[in-house]
Amino acid sequence: MSPGIDLQGSFIQLLTSLGLPPQLAKVVWIPLPLLLMLISATVGVLVVVWLERKVSAAAQQRVGPEYAGPLGTLQPVADGLKLLFEEDIIPAQADPWLFSIGPALVVVPVFLSYLIIPFGQNMNITDLGLGVFLWIALSSVAPVGLLMSGYSSNNKYSLLGGLRAAAQSISYEIPLALAVLAIVMMSNSLSTVDIVGQQSGYGILGWNLWRQPVGFLIFWVAALAECERLPFDLPEAEEELVAGYQTEYGGMRFALFYLGSYVNLILSALLVAILYLGGWELPVSVDWITSLLGLDPTTPWLQVITASLGIIMVVLKAYLLVFLAVLLRWTVPRVRIDQLLDLGWKFLLPVALVNLLLTAALKITFPAFFGG
Amino acid sequence: MNLSEVVQLVSFGVLTLLMLGAALGVVLSPSVVYSAFLLGLTFSSMAGLYLLLNADFVAAAQILVYVGAVNVLILFGVMLVNKRQDYQRETGLLLRQLLTAVVCFGLFALLGTVTVITPWQLAEGVTQVDSSVIALAKHLFSDYLLPFEVASVLLLMAMIGAIVLARRDLLMEDPETGMPAETDLALPERPRETVVGE
Repeated sequence: MSPGIDLQGSFIQLLTSLGLPPQLAKVVWIPLPLLLMLISATVGVLVVVWLERKVSAAAQQRVGPEYAGPLGTLQPVADGLKLLFEEDIIPAQADPWLFSIGPALVVVPVFLSYLIIPFGQNMNITDLGLGVFLWIALSSVAPVGLLMSGYSSNNKYSLLGGLRAAAQSISYEIPLALAVLAIVMMSNSLSTVDIVGQQSGYGILGWNLWRQPVGFLIFWVAALAECERLPFDLPEAEEELVAGYQTEYGGMRFALFYLGSYVNLILSALLVAILYLGGWELPVSVDWITSLLGLDPTTPWLQVITASLGIIMVVLKAYLLVFLAVLLRWTVPRVRIDQLLDLGWKFLLPVALVNLLLTAALKITFPAFFGG
Repeated sequence: MNLSEVVQLVSFGVLTLLMLGAALGVVLSPSVVYSAFLLGLTFSSMAGLYLLLNADFVAAAQILVYVGAVNVLILFGVMLVNKRQDYQRETGLLLRQLLTAVVCFGLFALLGTVTVITPWQLAEGVTQVDSSVIALAKHLFSDYLLPFEVASVLLLMAMIGAIVLARRDLLMEDPETGMPAETDLALPERPRETVVGE
């Protein structure tokens, strides 16, 4: 495994050679990947919104957005600008403080979770030892924000939506964490970079998907429920609750919810790609191709190509999963709240536990295949 | 003093102020909902303090367990309570609050003195650990195994107790006559208000 490109190291080296002390150079470096990730997450949302509009149109035999930009690609930008220029309204009987903090509390943890997403061996913000555990911990904060906005809106539909959101995310966090735990047990590490590293070397055959098919399904279902996507969008079920906890929101505050839900969807898709689909690995191992062509893996131009291919692979895998989620949303009916909780507690939780125990047994029996 | 030390000192100050302020708010706020939300802030700033002590796993676990589970369930409980009862002013409120304040300050003074006069065995220097997860796991499965297991038994007991309390048993047969009982599986409804508007 080649170390790949170390952008941080080269950047700091460049600044220190210009006469900056190394510590200051690091301070200059820190905001750059954060900013890049923030921008790419926001641009990713624009793409998903466009995809959602186009796929829903295709599912309902319509054309969808067409006039704003080529194929309607500028439509999400127009949507965003419209929300940005809307009047800022706080309902008369609402609690102004909680009403304003709620949306922020939903969005911030989602963006923070991008800390652990790697796009290559060194293409990440930081390689935290905590890794996926940080994501699980941060995603458990969002229900507080949902309850806050549901309560402060002073509207029965909002309150019901907030309560449903909290119940749903608590129920589905446990199977989600158990599915991740099985992966962590196989990789002997919580770090996302190590998890991908453990899947590398054998191309598509080495991906965790083949070793954890049940875990993959549990994770995907639970992640959809955490994102409150149809078939699990009960917190905002529009036929029952108007718009759930978002009912009283408009303008920029509503835009935060909207942004947060789509960023969360991309984040879940990225994590599925990293945990189960080999992250930045190509279906055919790069090391194998380079050795076949007789190339030195430390050649600079080769490293640039591999790194770009890695980023493309991660994004491609993630967007395939997003496409699947969008397609599911427009073809599957919504479940009832009791069905949702039954599925979480009585089906996914036992299956996830059995999956975890089975993984432990297989790891002891076949340490070569299940990460000894 | 270099840059990272300044950052640490400033964050320590901010986190401590935030935690103390939020904790006071939990106790003093007249609204139970504000208290519940401020409790979440207290837990989060405590996680920040753990982070400053290089205990990253403990900090994340604090967020997951206390903010994500305990605090959300408290909020859930607060918002599901449907007690239609007007708040009645207690008599002698000032005296009660005064007494509570005196007791609390006494307890604080006692604990404070104990902390100051106890000769603490401080570790010499800082031990370097590559991964706090591995270090924690080694302790949990060697010298702290018994407390760990006892804590899990305690949680199990609490869970069984909660299920027993919350469960409603429906008898299929009448215990006296032995005849099949009328099973009314519908949830009991709140009686409608007899007076509609005034």
